[in-house]
Amino acid sequence: MNLSEVVQLVSFGVLTLLMLGAALGVVLSPSVVYSAFLLGLTFSSMAGLYLLLNADFVAAAQILVYVGAVNVLILFGVMLVNKRQDYQRETGLLLRQLLTAVVCFGLFALLGTVTVITPWQLAEGVTQVDSSVIALAKHLFSDYLLPFEVASVLLLMAMIGAIVLARRDLLMEDPETGMPAETDLALPERPRETVVGE
Amino acid sequence: MSPGIDLQGSFIQLLTSLGLPPQLAKVVWIPLPLLLMLISATVGVLVVVWLERKVSAAAQQRVGPEYAGPLGTLQPVADGLKLLFEEDIIPAQADPWLFSIGPALVVVPVFLSYLIIPFGQNMNITDLGLGVFLWIALSSVAPVGLLMSGYSSNNKYSLLGGLRAAAQSISYEIPLALAVLAIVMMSNSLSTVDIVGQQSGYGILGWNLWRQPVGFLIFWVAALAECERLPFDLPEAEEELVAGYQTEYGGMRFALFYLGSYVNLILSALLVAILYLGGWELPVSVDWITSLLGLDPTTPWLQVITASLGIIMVVLKAYLLVFLAVLLRWTVPRVRIDQLLDLGWKFLLPVALVNLLLTAALKITFPAFFGG
Repeated sequence: MNLSEVVQLVSFGVLTLLMLGAALGVVLSPSVVYSAFLLGLTFSSMAGLYLLLNADFVAAAQILVYVGAVNVLILFGVMLVNKRQDYQRETGLLLRQLLTAVVCFGLFALLGTVTVITPWQLAEGVTQVDSSVIALAKHLFSDYLLPFEVASVLLLMAMIGAIVLARRDLLMEDPETGMPAETDLALPERPRETVVGE
Repeated sequence: MSPGIDLQGSFIQLLTSLGLPPQLAKVVWIPLPLLLMLISATVGVLVVVWLERKVSAAAQQRVGPEYAGPLGTLQPVADGLKLLFEEDIIPAQADPWLFSIGPALVVVPVFLSYLIIPFGQNMNITDLGLGVFLWIALSSVAPVGLLMSGYSSNNKYSLLGGLRAAAQSISYEIPLALAVLAIVMMSNSLSTVDIVGQQSGYGILGWNLWRQPVGFLIFWVAALAECERLPFDLPEAEEELVAGYQTEYGGMRFALFYLGSYVNLILSALLVAILYLGGWELPVSVDWITSLLGLDPTTPWLQVITASLGIIMVVLKAYLLVFLAVLLRWTVPRVRIDQLLDLGWKFLLPVALVNLLLTAALKITFPAFFGG
């Protein structure tokens, strides 16, 4: 075993532990902000695993898309929510958590068995690629063209849906009377607290 | 194009001739350029801080730092030492873990991005095939750190600053990436060394600036916004938000933010120099001069001179751009947050898309000029 193999093995172990620990933290952490930050750590360690598989472009894309965009937007969403509501303890919390744990472990056992019993077609040896970018591009524009395009249509649909949901239409005319409506373009304000201090 | 000096090759050869196995020799080599880059980035920050103080003083008809060292050149060192010896404070209601990790998460990606900066044909840490894409990916991590420090400070100004920083960097990353994409399309490579190589041979006429004038402007504006420099310094707008996400920070943690922002500025300037201004190329092609003088380009002393000239050219171009950024900061007013987002989404993004399509069309029509 030479030096680079030792380095690879150690980094694989560290990255796997980091990813599993962070992923468990995402699910188990009671604070939603911690969950969101730990999700970023999970994504980053996954990028590290890609790097160990010589998929440098995929690793960088993972960082860019998942950590830089998805995770930042999740954090953004978490921090912009302004819901003034006290947290109310749910009844039967222990039972619910127990049930969730049972379902999750069942699913894990099922998936684990499937992974173990499936006869995987493993590639013989390692294929040498000079540049993973070029290899990826060739696949994306030949045998994976249809899934690639379908994914882009899906993203477009999601985007249009988000715009439709977020958009507020202001009517310039009242639909019943036909008279020009009073346009109140100011943003609605949160009502002030009527009781100041106690 | 001469291969230039191969320091790594010669260093490993030297160690193996001393009896070290080649693998171990490579391990000994790896930290050396990293350390050198770390030191030069930090020294570069000292220079920029001094430049900022002097230029701002000139813009406001003051003298600026004068007594610390000749022309006040030691003033930034004094600033740094002062921050280093400050008491380490964590606010009582703050989240201590996130409060400490935040600044590190902002600084580390910036320093990591120096991996791809070449100062010559072999004067770089590594010539990654990923190149500029690595920088784009790494620079997208910084907003996580900004949000983290903004949230954990338990201060409304910090939170607002963090949110503004995230919104700003997400909006300006897209035009930035599209401008880079046009360059990548012309050079057929993401590697920074190849991008400079594609601009070489014709001196100043071969630089990407002439082929991508719109892309150059988009990149520079978006890079200034990514660095949170005035006119785009909304995340820390001191008249509105005290100091944004840095409000509760002091001492070494604040120094990390400070260092990170200036290192990021130098990094952006270096990248503009590499992507658009021909990197280590002289305004007059070196190959042309050597052939005119009848010299062999593989002569050792000539190679040393060309390599040093290359490093000087990269640093000179970068510092000219930094000077421009500093001058902009002290002469231009700040934009509003809605103006900032409008500029990013409604102006820079469409223009960058058109620029990309136009580059593709020109590349097919004139493959000789736009990299076939």
